[in-house]
Amino acid sequence: MEPGEIHALLGENGAGKSTLMNVLYGLYQPDEGEILVDGRPLRLSGPSDAIAAGIGMVHQHFMLVPVFTVAENIMLGAEQVRGGIAGFLDRRRARREVAEVSERYHLRVDPDAIIEDLPVGIQQRVEIVKALTRDVDLLILDEPTAVLTPQETEELLTVMRSLKAAGKSIVFITHKLGEVKAVADRITVIRRGRTVGTASPEASRDELAALMVGRSVRLTVDKQPATPGKPILEVAGLVVDDDRQCRAVDGVELTVRAGEVLGVAGVQGNGQTELIEAIMGLRPALAGSVTLDGEQINGWSTKRVLRAGVGYVPEDRSVDGLVKEFSVAENLVLDIYDRPPFGKGLALRPDAIAKSAQERIAQFDVRTPSADAAVGTLSGGNQQKVIVARELSRPLKLFIAAQPTRGVDVGSIEFIHSRVIRERDIGTAVMVVSSELDEVIGLADRIAVMYRGRIIGIVGPDTPREEIGLLMAGITPDGAGMTPTGDTPASAPESPGNEDKE
Amino acid sequence: MSTTAVPDVAVAPVDQGFWTRHRKTGAVLLALGLLATVLFGALATGQQARFTLSETEGGAALEINGTVGAILFGVVTLLAGGALLAGMPKRRFTLVLGVGLLAFVLSFLCWQVSAAPEGRNFMPLVNVVRGTFVLALPLIFGALAGVLCERSGVVNVAIEGQLLMGAFSGALFGSLSGSVWVGLVAAAVGGAFISLLLAVFAIRYLVDQVVMGIVLNLLAVGVTGFLYERLMQPNAERYNSAPRFANWEIPLLKDIPLIGPALFRGNIFLYLGLLLVLVIHIALFRTRWGLRTRSVGEHPTAADTLGVRVLRLRYRNVIMAGVVAGIGGASYTLALYTFTKNMIGGKGFIALAALIFGRWSPTGALLAALFFGFADQLATYLGAIGSAIPSQFLAMLPYLATILAVAGLVGRVRAPAADGKPYVKG
Repeated sequence: MEPGEIHALLGENGAGKSTLMNVLYGLYQPDEGEILVDGRPLRLSGPSDAIAAGIGMVHQHFMLVPVFTVAENIMLGAEQVRGGIAGFLDRRRARREVAEVSERYHLRVDPDAIIEDLPVGIQQRVEIVKALTRDVDLLILDEPTAVLTPQETEELLTVMRSLKAAGKSIVFITHKLGEVKAVADRITVIRRGRTVGTASPEASRDELAALMVGRSVRLTVDKQPATPGKPILEVAGLVVDDDRQCRAVDGVELTVRAGEVLGVAGVQGNGQTELIEAIMGLRPALAGSVTLDGEQINGWSTKRVLRAGVGYVPEDRSVDGLVKEFSVAENLVLDIYDRPPFGKGLALRPDAIAKSAQERIAQFDVRTPSADAAVGTLSGGNQQKVIVARELSRPLKLFIAAQPTRGVDVGSIEFIHSRVIRERDIGTAVMVVSSELDEVIGLADRIAVMYRGRIIGIVGPDTPREEIGLLMAGITPDGAGMTPTGDTPASAPESPGNEDKE
Repeated sequence: MSTTAVPDVAVAPVDQGFWTRHRKTGAVLLALGLLATVLFGALATGQQARFTLSETEGGAALEINGTVGAILFGVVTLLAGGALLAGMPKRRFTLVLGVGLLAFVLSFLCWQVSAAPEGRNFMPLVNVVRGTFVLALPLIFGALAGVLCERSGVVNVAIEGQLLMGAFSGALFGSLSGSVWVGLVAAAVGGAFISLLLAVFAIRYLVDQVVMGIVLNLLAVGVTGFLYERLMQPNAERYNSAPRFANWEIPLLKDIPLIGPALFRGNIFLYLGLLLVLVIHIALFRTRWGLRTRSVGEHPTAADTLGVRVLRLRYRNVIMAGVVAGIGGASYTLALYTFTKNMIGGKGFIALAALIFGRWSPTGALLAALFFGFADQLATYLGAIGSAIPSQFLAMLPYLATILAVAGLVGRVRAPAADGKPYVKG
C-alpha cells in the first residue's frame, strides 16, 4: 500500500478478503506471517493496536450501537473525559469533533441523531467519520456497497476519491467489478485465500472476473422469452410489521403469473423479507390478501402453504433453510418426511429416504462426501443446492427464492440460475428476491422494485440500470414506467399446469 | 426527466382498530374508577379519614370525610380513564396513568381508614413512608445489582443468592469480629463470591446464564442453610449475634416534616442505597465507564472493534453487582434481624422484576422497588387496622402488578440487546 492510494481487493464470497482484513485490524490473530508498516513488522493484539498504528476499518456489518447517538458511537473507545478518575464524558467536545471532521471531508452527519433511525447510507458515513476521527492513514472498507443503492454507491465513491486527495490510503474490498474499475488505482485479486494476481483498473471486466473465479464465466443467464400464463400468486394491499412492530410491508400489490419470473429488486431492509415471510405464513399479515391460484391463503400455516404447491428458498439458509446438524438425506425430506414413501405411520422409512437422496444428489450436482454427511459441513453453494433440490422435488405452482445465490460460488450460481429458469419454463410461477441487481435483471421477466415497504415500480428487465437504481432509492420517473400490477391482458392462455413435471 | 420522491411518511392503510394499548389502559382505569366511586364510596363511612404526619394518632393531619374522599378520588380515576379512552396525546400517557392509579389507591385508603374501628381510624404517614423504604431497600440493592450486570450483557438471575450470601457472611463475620464494618466488608465479599462464579461460568465457559443463576441461588441456599444449622444454631452467641448499625440522624434534613422522620433518621443502608441509585444512574449515562458498559450490553462486537475490552468489563461489572447485592443482604443482618435460613425469601426475584419494571435504569428500578415496598407495607397496615380484606390478597398484588407491567403496561420493555448472550470473538 502506498499513501494516497485506493487499493481494491477483489474476490468472490468466501475467498478470504474479510478474514485478511480482520487480521490487519487486529480482530483475528495470524497463524503465520507478518504485517509490515513503513517497513517495520507490526504485531497487533487487538483493534486498539490497529487504531494506534493508523488503521481504521468500516465493517461489512456496521459496528454501531443502534440505540446510541452518532456522537456516542464515534467517541466510544476514545472518549474525551473530564473529572479525572470519575471520567465524565465531554459530550460537547465530542460533538465538536464530529462536526469538524464532517466539515473537513464533506461528510454531513447529525451528531445527536440516534443510529437506528438513520438510513443505511448515513450509518455508513458515520462509520467513516468514526474512523477519520481516530486519525487513521489507512482505511479498510469491507464490502461497503453491498447495502447501498446505486446512487449512494456513487456518493461513496466520491467520498473515497476525496479521502484519497486528502492523502488517506484506502483498501476497498468488494466483488463488484464496476466499482473497482471506477475508483481503484491498483487491484489485487484473491481466490481461496491466495493472491492470484494484480491488475490495473484498465483491465477488462472479463479479465478480472476470470482472475476472480479461475476460469471464464458467463455473466448473463441464457433464457428464452417467457410465456406467462394465468396469475398464480396475487398479493393485494398486504401490510406486514417487522419484529420491532414497525411497518415493513405497506400495502403491496403483486401478481406473479405461471411461467414467468418476477424479480423483486430493492436495497436490503425495504420489506422484501417480511413480504416473503407473510406470503409463506411465517409472519402475520395485518391487512390485505394473498391468493394462490384462486385460493385465499393468508392465515394458513406454513405447512399448508407448502403443501399447496409453493416452493421456498429462504434468504438465510443456515437459519431457516437447513438443519445444519442433520444429514443431507434428512434435509432433503424435511418438507415431506411424513408423507409416503418417506414416512409411514409414526415411523420414517430410511431406505426410501436414502434412495431419493441419492437421486437428488446426482440430479442437482450436490458435492457431498455422502448422503449421510451433516449438511453444515458442506460449502455454501452445495448447501444451497440441497435446499433448491428439496424445494423443486415437489410439484409446484409457485417457487419463491429469496437471495438464492447469496454467499454461493460462481459455479453454483450458474447452476441455480439455470434451475430457476427451467422451473419457469415448465410453467411454474417464480418469484426471485435479491439484493443483487444483476441477478434480478438476469433472471426476471418483470422487475418489481421495492422501497420502504411498497412496490414503487414494475419495469421490464431491459430497463437501464440507472433507472432501476433511482427506483431503489425511492425516486420514480414522473408518470412514465409505472405499470400498476394486474393490468396485463387478462385473457392469458391457461397454464400448462404442474403435473407434467414429474 | 422530472422526478418525484416517494414521501418519507409511510401511510398505513391498515385499520389500527379503536383498541390501542392506550385505550385499553384507559378502559381498565375507567373500570377501576367505577369500582372506586361506587363500591368504595358505598362502603366508606362518614367518619373522617385521617392521614397523620407523624407516627401516632396525634399531630398535624390531612383529613377528609371518608365517603367524600372515596367518591372524589374515584371520580378522579374515572376522569383519567376517560381521558385515555378519549385519546390523549401520547406524551401525557404516563402522567395521566400515574394520577389515575394514585387516585384509585387514595380512594381505597379513604374507605379502609374511615371504616376502621374507632381509635385505629388513622394512617400514620411517617410509618408508611418509612416502612415502604425499609421493605424496598433489599429490592433497591438487588435491582441495582441487576442493572450493573445486565447493562453489560450478563443476565443476573443470581440476585437472590447474592443477597443471601451477603446476609450470611455479614452476620457470620460481623459476629466473629464484633465489628459492623468488618461485617459489611465480608457481606460485600460474600456477594462478590457468588458473582465471581456467575462471571466465570457465564463469560469464560459460556454456560447458559439463566440456568447458572438459578443454580447459584440453590447453591447459596444450600451452603448458608447448612452452615446455619451446623454453626449458627448450636452456637448463636458466637456465630449469629452480629452487631448492628445504629440509626444516623442527618442534621437539618431530619426536621423536615414527614420526610425527615421517615427517611433521615435511618441506618447507613438506606442512605447508601439511595446514594448508589444516584451514583450508578449518573455513572451509567454520563461517564466513560457507563458508555462502555452500555455499548458492551448492546453490541459487544462494535465495542470490541473500538478497543473496549468486552470480557474484562463484563467481569468487572458482574463482580461489582455482587458487591452491591452483598451489601443489600447485609441490610438485613447488620441492621434488622439475626440470620435465619433462606431469609431473603424470594426478594431477589422481586428485585429482578423491579429491574424489568424499571426498564433497566437505576432510577426506574428505584421507583419500581418503592412500588413493591409500598404494596407490602400497605398489606401490613391493613392487617393492623383489622381490614376486611385478607392481607394475603394484598400481598399478592405486587406480583400481579409485575405480570401486568412486564406484559407491556409500562410501554415496550426493551432489554439491552446483548443481554444474556455470551461474547465470543470472531
